[in-house]
Amino acid sequence: MEMISKFRDKDIVKRLLDNIYKESKADKIYNIMEVCGTHTMSVSRFGIRGLLPKNIRLISGPGCPVCVTAQGEIDMIFDLLKHNDVIVAVYGDLMKVPGSDGRNLLELKAEGKDIRVVISPLDVLKLKNEQKKDIVFVSIGFETTNPATAGLIDTIVSQNLNGFYVLMLNKTMPEIIDVLLDDNELDVDGFLCPGHVSVITGESLYLPIIKRDKAAVITGFEPVDILYSVLEIIRQINSKNFYIKNNYGRVVNSLGNEKANKLVDKYFELADSMWRGIGVIKNSGLKIRKQYKYLDASERFGLRPSDKSEIDGCKCGEVLKGKILPNMCGLFGLACSPENPVGPCMVSSEGACAAYYKYEI
Amino acid sequence: MCLGLPGKLVEISEDKTFGIVDIAGTKREVSLMILPEDVELGDYVMVHVGFAISKMDEAQAEETLKAIMEYYDGDDIEIQG
Ligand code: SF4
Repeated sequence: MEMISKFRDKDIVKRLLDNIYKESKADKIYNIMEVCGTHTMSVSRFGIRGLLPKNIRLISGPGCPVCVTAQGEIDMIFDLLKHNDVIVAVYGDLMKVPGSDGRNLLELKAEGKDIRVVISPLDVLKLKNEQKKDIVFVSIGFETTNPATAGLIDTIVSQNLNGFYVLMLNKTMPEIIDVLLDDNELDVDGFLCPGHVSVITGESLYLPIIKRDKAAVITGFEPVDILYSVLEIIRQINSKNFYIKNNYGRVVNSLGNEKANKLVDKYFELADSMWRGIGVIKNSGLKIRKQYKYLDASERFGLRPSDKSEIDGCKCGEVLKGKILPNMCGLFGLACSPENPVGPCMVSSEGACAAYYKYEI
Repeated sequence: MCLGLPGKLVEISEDKTFGIVDIAGTKREVSLMILPEDVELGDYVMVHVGFAISKMDEAQAEETLKAIMEYYDGDDIEIQG
């Protein structure tokens, strides 16, 4: 798509920056949160933080699904692997996340546990399974990913397939947005809203943000997308006129993807969920509906999230709430690096700590 | 894993539930089961964990670029792709 390259156009970037410098008030601090791991990565990769005036602060929020998965939930994967007769399928990002005992899935795989990396939930249907083991798909993600897991379950149900189970660790956005908005210590004036979550949810998800007089701009991931949206947020803050703006119209339809939402609704219902460093948030996750419970790996293998807290010294919780920058964690770059990560924020390709480590030091 | 990638549809299965997309030169199978819009060969879709989640709208992309240009007086940047 030729048109998309225009969203990296240097000249447009320069003009947007000129306007950001012109329109932002030097005596005011603009705190803007990006609630999406891919935005965090783009901001770091394109060096956007360094281009902006110092009083415009981009803060990373809880947008990386691996990072927000609580240690107690991660440990469920390790508990599952105590059963020798399972094949466990995960997204690649999970492979280096340490369990409570400090070991990760790569190490367990090297020891002979049957762990497979998939890039789509549907890939599990094609896994070679000579010993006829049970296959468990570990499902993590937000609204963007949740329909894909529903798609897997729909295929299993409609084709009457046996031996497949799903471990649901999925989360949803509305409740965590409320938690952020209710946090008095967090001083955010506007949000760069997650582009691909919005594809599924539509714009209404962000109504609570503008009701609290904060800017909400749905944006894509190219430099022009991000800068244009930052400028839009500055304008809303300056004029105190707050509304939901969709700057990602080439992909996001204002009403969302109804077909995907129907499928999610058919197989899942809201459930309480544990967030790393934040704790249990009511109705902030998904579980499989009763009539399909037989596909739920936590039922089949008796798995419950442990109450293990995060690893000592790791400040992922604070990073996820936007309270500290990654390099303010005492372990950052010392005991914790992408080669030897302590917390998931350093592991995941969308984690704030990984983004900082790779691009900003 | 949360990454969305735009891909060009180069094959569509007869029952329209699957397709093959070209993402920057790499061909991948994608499920079309949750895609709300009808698609044709050559359309671009946003792909996420093996599922097409949205058809990409070139006219809308142009709209956004036009709106950006309205920020500037007497602007004459060439935006046609
Ligand atoms: S630097 Fe490492 S230990 Fe510190 S918050 Fe980030 S992931 Fe956790």
